[in-house]
Amino acid sequence: MFVPCDRGGGGGSAGSDFKGFTLLMPAVSVGNVGQLAIDLVISTLDMTKVGYFYTDCLVPMVGNNPYATAEENSMELSINAEVYSLPSKKLVVLQIRSPFIKNKYRPFCQTLLSWVKSSKCARIVLLSSSHAYHRDDEQLLGTPLRYLLTPDLEKAVGGLMQERSWKEMEKVAAYPGINDTEKVLHIPGGGITKLLFTESCSKGIQMAVLLKFCSEGDNIPDAFALVNYLNEWLQLIKSEVNTSSQWKIPSSWRLLFGNGLPPALF
Amino acid sequence: MATFFGEVVVAPSRAGVDDEDWAEEAREETPEDREIRRELEKKREIDVLWTVKSGASTESTTDEPFACSKFIVAIGHNAAAFLSSFILDSVCWEVVGVVKLWNEWCRTSNTTTVLPTDSFCLFYRLISDPTVLLCQCSCYVAEDQQFQWLEKVFGCMQKEGLQVTILSTCPVADYKTQESTLTLPSPFLKALKTKEFKEQVCCPLLEQPNIVRDLPAA
Repeated sequence: MFVPCDRGGGGGSAGSDFKGFTLLMPAVSVGNVGQLAIDLVISTLDMTKVGYFYTDCLVPMVGNNPYATAEENSMELSINAEVYSLPSKKLVVLQIRSPFIKNKYRPFCQTLLSWVKSSKCARIVLLSSSHAYHRDDEQLLGTPLRYLLTPDLEKAVGGLMQERSWKEMEKVAAYPGINDTEKVLHIPGGGITKLLFTESCSKGIQMAVLLKFCSEGDNIPDAFALVNYLNEWLQLIKSEVNTSSQWKIPSSWRLLFGNGLPPALF
Repeated sequence: MATFFGEVVVAPSRAGVDDEDWAEEAREETPEDREIRRELEKKREIDVLWTVKSGASTESTTDEPFACSKFIVAIGHNAAAFLSSFILDSVCWEVVGVVKLWNEWCRTSNTTTVLPTDSFCLFYRLISDPTVLLCQCSCYVAEDQQFQWLEKVFGCMQKEGLQVTILSTCPVADYKTQESTLTLPSPFLKALKTKEFKEQVCCPLLEQPNIVRDLPAA
């Protein structure tokens, strides 16, 4: 699945050695918030592309470098699932740029998790979102950000979350109105989030999910909120008073809501 | 969408997340479900049929990949029509293959005599240089079939020294630019190229944030 980039001078093996790294990745979820947040991370930390996923699970797409800053670096092709790395922070990032093909969620999750195991990543941090309209009365108050930890990671970092008063994603009744005692995890609009989380739990993989309740619309503020939430924990950039201005918006975010207007309109 | 007062409508997500389908997939499959899914998958399989020298059509078997130096693929009615009008003729080109597929939007057959209005996907070879191949894909290849098309077609070719050119069209309305597309002189050409392509490109490169999707992207 993972195809490393050719780097001159035998950098190939270095590109695919992620022992002890944290894999940061998005779920394709409501508002594409996870993906937008990942764009901010890659763009701000100026991460290097080290490879891509050759997969039949995602709709194909291709374009020129979405993080281009100048003429010189704007001509590199970019596809739907690419891997970037920042060895100084032991961080490897997967960006997913297109929706899943029907019936391909499970195969993708399985292949991804076996790649995580074979490349010896220490843990996965999944950025996701969930439909805001599914919140209950209690969830409507307070922070819209939630986290989830697999049992293995809970032991390691559960305390950190408690210190920061982070809220764990609540479980909901499996049969609401009929039987309120049996609770299950329900992440509407979260895409592969729940599947990846439950699979990680059963395979003993350390995974954290960070998600935000949101709706479709202009999801840029949601992306900023999520990436700042992530930063509270991973400290990827220095968090100062006005953290929003610390993140670099990639050039591909231009024209998200359409072209310029025809002058003849007025 | 206008609905009567009080009706709650679930808005589709841009992320393509469909909860109902999703919940179904999460449930365990019964043997009947598996059987149905297998049948559907078989129906949606793509067959690439190559005409061998003798003129008879055979299934593409695990033969040696054939030598190919240039492969031109035209995807969509406009691109296919361009090739029909300006490049293809029965003197210099011969039909060497056909793709047979079915999906909800179209069906192609393994006949090689087609009308421009049919759905078809044909392969041609330049008689004077048999390593030059051309493909006219004038049918819709569904999302779940695109990868298969790619693997089956390219699986038959030697990829060393191969130059691939993909011709396709997109609506001007989809082009993202600072000005309005109303004032753009259209039609216009844009290109994407891999870093291995060293020749001169005949038109400007596709600017961010525009992208290409589906079969041309695959």
